[in-house]
Amino acid sequence: MTDGVTSQGSATPQGQPVLSLRGMNKSFGAVHVLRDVDLDTYAGKVTALVGDNGAGKSTLIKGVAGIHPFDHGEMFWEGEKVEVHGPRQANALGIEIVYQDLALCDNLDVVHNMFLGREVKGGVTLNETAMEKRAGDTLRGLSVRTLRSLRQQVSSLSGGQRQTVAIARAVLWNSKLVILDEPTAALGVAQTEQVLSLVRRLADNGLAVILITHNMNDVFQVADNIACLYLGQLAAQVDAKEVSHGQVVELITAGRSGDIGLQPEVAAANVGGEA
Amino acid sequence: MSTAAPPASQFDIQEETGGSIGAAAREYWTRVKGGDMGSLPAIIGVVALVVIFGIMEGDTFLSKGNFANLINQGAAIMVLAMGLVFVLLLGEIDLSAGFAAGMGAAILATTLTERDWPWPLALLAALLTGVVIGFAIAVLVARLGIPSFVVTLAFFLGLQGAMLLIIGEGGTIPIRDDAILSVMNKNMPVALGWLFALIVIGGFAAATYMRIRSRRKEGLPTEAMSVWGLKVAALAVVVLIAVYLLNQERQRETAVITIQGIPWVVPLVTALVVGLSFVLARTAFGRHIYAVGGNAEAARRAGINVPNIKTACFVLCSTLAIVAGVLIASRDNSVSPTTGGAQTLLYAVGAAVIGGTSLFGGRGRVYDAVTGGLVVAVIANGLPLVTQQSGTQFIVNGVVLLVAASVDAISRRRAAATGR
Repeated sequence: MTDGVTSQGSATPQGQPVLSLRGMNKSFGAVHVLRDVDLDTYAGKVTALVGDNGAGKSTLIKGVAGIHPFDHGEMFWEGEKVEVHGPRQANALGIEIVYQDLALCDNLDVVHNMFLGREVKGGVTLNETAMEKRAGDTLRGLSVRTLRSLRQQVSSLSGGQRQTVAIARAVLWNSKLVILDEPTAALGVAQTEQVLSLVRRLADNGLAVILITHNMNDVFQVADNIACLYLGQLAAQVDAKEVSHGQVVELITAGRSGDIGLQPEVAAANVGGEA
Repeated sequence: MSTAAPPASQFDIQEETGGSIGAAAREYWTRVKGGDMGSLPAIIGVVALVVIFGIMEGDTFLSKGNFANLINQGAAIMVLAMGLVFVLLLGEIDLSAGFAAGMGAAILATTLTERDWPWPLALLAALLTGVVIGFAIAVLVARLGIPSFVVTLAFFLGLQGAMLLIIGEGGTIPIRDDAILSVMNKNMPVALGWLFALIVIGGFAAATYMRIRSRRKEGLPTEAMSVWGLKVAALAVVVLIAVYLLNQERQRETAVITIQGIPWVVPLVTALVVGLSFVLARTAFGRHIYAVGGNAEAARRAGINVPNIKTACFVLCSTLAIVAGVLIASRDNSVSPTTGGAQTLLYAVGAAVIGGTSLFGGRGRVYDAVTGGLVVAVIANGLPLVTQQSGTQFIVNGVVLLVAASVDAISRRRAAATGR
């Protein structure tokens, strides 16, 4: 299941980043949540975004998604400077987000959920066959074999299967960057394994993936590089193979580990400002 | 839930192989056991009630005249219930629908009888009133965020008052317009009735067959032809028996004029069922109604305009209530301040719920209003034959409503437990 991981992760990300953030800042009132955050994501790579509660992971993602646009900072999409002011704009660029609560309708089937709000129509009526075919193709492209029928209601699916549907919905629209918010948080061991291998396949299919997680096992199992947020600052974005489990934990909890990470005085200065 | 060892069968080949009648029956039984009962309780209910009333009061209850009577009694409740299905699908309620029906009848009667408007204009005025009522409710519920229970309770009182003012305390307004009266009081010619039956059966067969064929062409799993044939045959039997019975002479042998044929209200209700089912099942709008009822937040994030969907549903509900009011007025030949009052609304909500529409939102079909409406109509028709005591009748109606709501709640719990 993890065979792709070891063969895939070349040491330094090459080529142009799909999404590049430079000096992102965001404040909510007096609280300065993000300070000069830089982040790069590459096609075919999984970037793990880690950090403690309140480190600014969600704020960063919501900025990218256009839900809470950044105050200042530059965003580059495939090398072009872009501004994202709303979720629709983000979708139009090719950014899809799978939220932690998945946002699925239990009373609708798999196909209906995947096309919710963006149904394929022939005249006034829904083109069910086209949608079902495309949904099937997408799931097959992700090597999903755990669904019994595409016409199953989502309420009858397990947690892992729901996550699969939500992820498949995100890649249905020729997206280039998929952001996953804690996809394994509520899952058992076997289902976590399924979802992680799916995340890996997304990257192997050429997508850029940002994986938000608290789980170090997930990070080292699928991530190519790790971006670590510490109190609203990017402590470091490092290659997953060059750091150890312990170093990442230090980056999360202290903002630095040895010579990687924030300088002590910078880190300390921010602790005072943290609410 | 099966997490370990993914099943060998891929989603795209399943169903194609096991497409026999036996497999379809097993699949259906699994669904029922899993809490997805659909219209099964309603169908069992109708059959059981017909048997019970047939044994107790066979001579009157099972007479041909009573069958036509039953349809006339049920029609308005069915139409009212169809409108309520749209609101119930959202997880909301419209308590004012009964008096919206009364209001529609009142507008129709005053414009027809007191102002001598032609009937199409009077009907249009009544329907527009429904649109306005629905829109007003929707603004308060969807934009302002007041619970629909409270808003529609206020409208329940307000519309009752408005009706009293229009009609005058204790007064009744007769309706003499032939077109309006004939909906409930006239019947289709016998030959036209048979043609109607063939159109219904043929239409259903063709529509379902086309769907199977287009799925086949795309290589998607489909229902087996044997299952399709069985469904068409079942519908054909029910429709042909009903049309045969309605085409019999209903008059006593001594009477001079003949009464036979399908009441004109039947094609009207059929057209509404087909049209509204199409909207709900085949259009993006219908799909979005289910989405809002299932998970409003997910619908919002998917870019669906939730307040707009809610508005459309409340407008549809009130407008259909007006249609129901017109049917009541046509049947009663007059309108009084109690038209659409009393148990009208409860019967309609009961019909929708007995038919299989959930009070919790997200589950239901237009068709439910018909099957549930049939149960309610059979009770309303048969019970007075068995007992004259209105006390007993109230209690039985209350019990039936509770049983229906319990079936809904229990099937929901089962559905949660079995993960359906």
